[in-house]
Amino acid sequence: MTVPNPLPNSLRSQPDARGHFGQFGGRYVAETLMPLILALEAEYRRAKADPAFEEEFQYLLRQYVGRPNPLYYAQRLTEELGGAKIYLKREELNHTGAHKINNCIGQILLAKRMGKTRIIAETGAGQHGVATATVAALFNIPCTIFMGAVDVARQAPNVFRMKLLGAEVRAVESGTATLKDAMNEALRDWVANVHDTFYIIGTVAGPHPYPELVRDFQSVIGKETRAQMMEAEGRLPDMVLACVGGGSNAIGMFHPFLDDTDVAIVGVEAAGRGIELGDGHHAASIAGGAPGVLHGNKTYLLQDADGQITDAHSVSAGLDYPGIGPEHAWLHEIGRARYVSVTDDEALAAFQKLCRLEGIIPALESAHALAALETLAPELGKDKIIAVNLSGRGDKDIFTVAKALGVEI
Amino acid sequence: MKDRIASAFAHARAEGRAALITFVTGGDPTPADTAAVLDALVEGGADLIELGMPFTDPMADGSAIQLANLRSLSAGTKTADIFAIATAFRTRHPNVPLILMGYANPMIRRGAEWFAAQAKAAGVDGVICVDIPPEEDAELGPALRACGVHLIRLATPTTDVARLPAVLEGSSGFLYYVSVAGITGKQQAAQASIDEAVAHLKSGTGLPIAVGFGVRTPEQAAAIGSVADGVVVGSAIVEIIGQHGAQAAPHVKDYVGSLRAALNAKEPAR
Repeated sequence: MTVPNPLPNSLRSQPDARGHFGQFGGRYVAETLMPLILALEAEYRRAKADPAFEEEFQYLLRQYVGRPNPLYYAQRLTEELGGAKIYLKREELNHTGAHKINNCIGQILLAKRMGKTRIIAETGAGQHGVATATVAALFNIPCTIFMGAVDVARQAPNVFRMKLLGAEVRAVESGTATLKDAMNEALRDWVANVHDTFYIIGTVAGPHPYPELVRDFQSVIGKETRAQMMEAEGRLPDMVLACVGGGSNAIGMFHPFLDDTDVAIVGVEAAGRGIELGDGHHAASIAGGAPGVLHGNKTYLLQDADGQITDAHSVSAGLDYPGIGPEHAWLHEIGRARYVSVTDDEALAAFQKLCRLEGIIPALESAHALAALETLAPELGKDKIIAVNLSGRGDKDIFTVAKALGVEI
Repeated sequence: MKDRIASAFAHARAEGRAALITFVTGGDPTPADTAAVLDALVEGGADLIELGMPFTDPMADGSAIQLANLRSLSAGTKTADIFAIATAFRTRHPNVPLILMGYANPMIRRGAEWFAAQAKAAGVDGVICVDIPPEEDAELGPALRACGVHLIRLATPTTDVARLPAVLEGSSGFLYYVSVAGITGKQQAAQASIDEAVAHLKSGTGLPIAVGFGVRTPEQAAAIGSVADGVVVGSAIVEIIGQHGAQAAPHVKDYVGSLRAALNAKEPAR
């Protein structure tokens, strides 16, 4: 595909003033929400320029989330795969067990600045819901989490966690009753409660400025990885790798490396039962989708010839979304990042492999990135280094994995 | 060529009443049933027709219209069916304005130019796209204007004085005032807030002002019709279709007739 405008001097300077990453991104929302989106953007600009905001953000990441988390050299996994040296960025060691909390801390600080008195969020796997419920408890703000009924059933432990943290969990029965429908319902709630409600979007999607601000809050992942890699190896990695649903853990890892042309960037989409099986069998928006507009932004979507959104499928609830963040769509289009995909079965195998080799139970989402190592690590070769984002821990997934393996627990 | 939307508002104004604008989802419950429903709307007294394009993810709609979208898509309704419904309607009703209403993705899937040309060829007079605000006008607006199809924008309780000119820029046909900050359906706005909003909008534009969202009863329609140029009713009609399915047409006609009678009895719009 051709790129209409010449590339900017730095790939890290996107989006443009109107929230576009090339042809992607933007603000495709109902008029009711537009004034609020504009107000959020203005407040975010002020917060970005305010040292006190950054200070509070950093304080909470350090003292509450437990950052920096380690960049761990996975020696046994490296030896097993027989290729590049593999480092794991241990986001799963964060408070609440995934990268999601980074973004939630940032957004709740914005909500507080804007004087909002109610928090809503959507969640798929429940990780973002738990992280949102956590910061809502910390800041003593009432919180409602929208979650697809299918996900409520397959992620029961996280539902209970959210309730323990004081959040109201609303099961969404409409549509496919998964993440996209939870997001529809959260948008419906938001449009009716714009006066007092802050919507903490969990991924780098939605209308501008969400893809930008979520990315900024998650970029701590890549910034730490850079510094830790310099310390461990005295150089940058040859490749950074992360799973991509909406893509917030991935963009957090990728963004600080965008201008380092020697660092290959690879995102891993969920191929589900197999992209070749067609609609309803996978969640790979770039490999199996086309550009379109959903949930406030233009990006690659799973859709039919009429623009109807088709069902996503992945064994991992957090990747079960028919779109991808607009910055990823742009990075794909300009060729700066490469997007590959792995199946449910490959992810399940990688899940078990990490348990046994490294004593780490990864989230099924993160297991997709690990599965991609099977080919990428040997391909790259022994003198090379890959940094993989281990975006979450897999305790929440043990029931799903047991079921897939035919084990009763 | 004569502007059917302007004519319809002028006609109602000449009769000393607000225009009645009715919404149904195309293809609900099946594409074959929609013609009879549209005819019932016209026979009941609707002045303008909004034909909803079904979408899998109707984020701005409440449960009634969500269910209508689902029924339509489950029946296999395609974009081609919507244009076929529109084309046939135009043949049966040469003078009744027809407006397509829906979400961006189905409209731009094959390109905005393709969509605008199809709409024009099908005799569609205007398009309302819920999720393309003025900021993203380039996605659809230029293609519609080039074809002479009205792009009808929405103003809402959150559209303040500073923002209104941006909403009006490039919009034509009429201005649709969404009377509640919320989704379509049962929530209703206080009449006083509608009076105030319509006065505010009229000070900013000469376009007719139509008010919708949450309008269900003839009394409400009459009250809104006393200040606005048009009254939009959607969810209440869609619920009748949900209840009666393929046999909905006579019920729709009766209900629309009751709305129209209430508007007829009122004083001219100010």
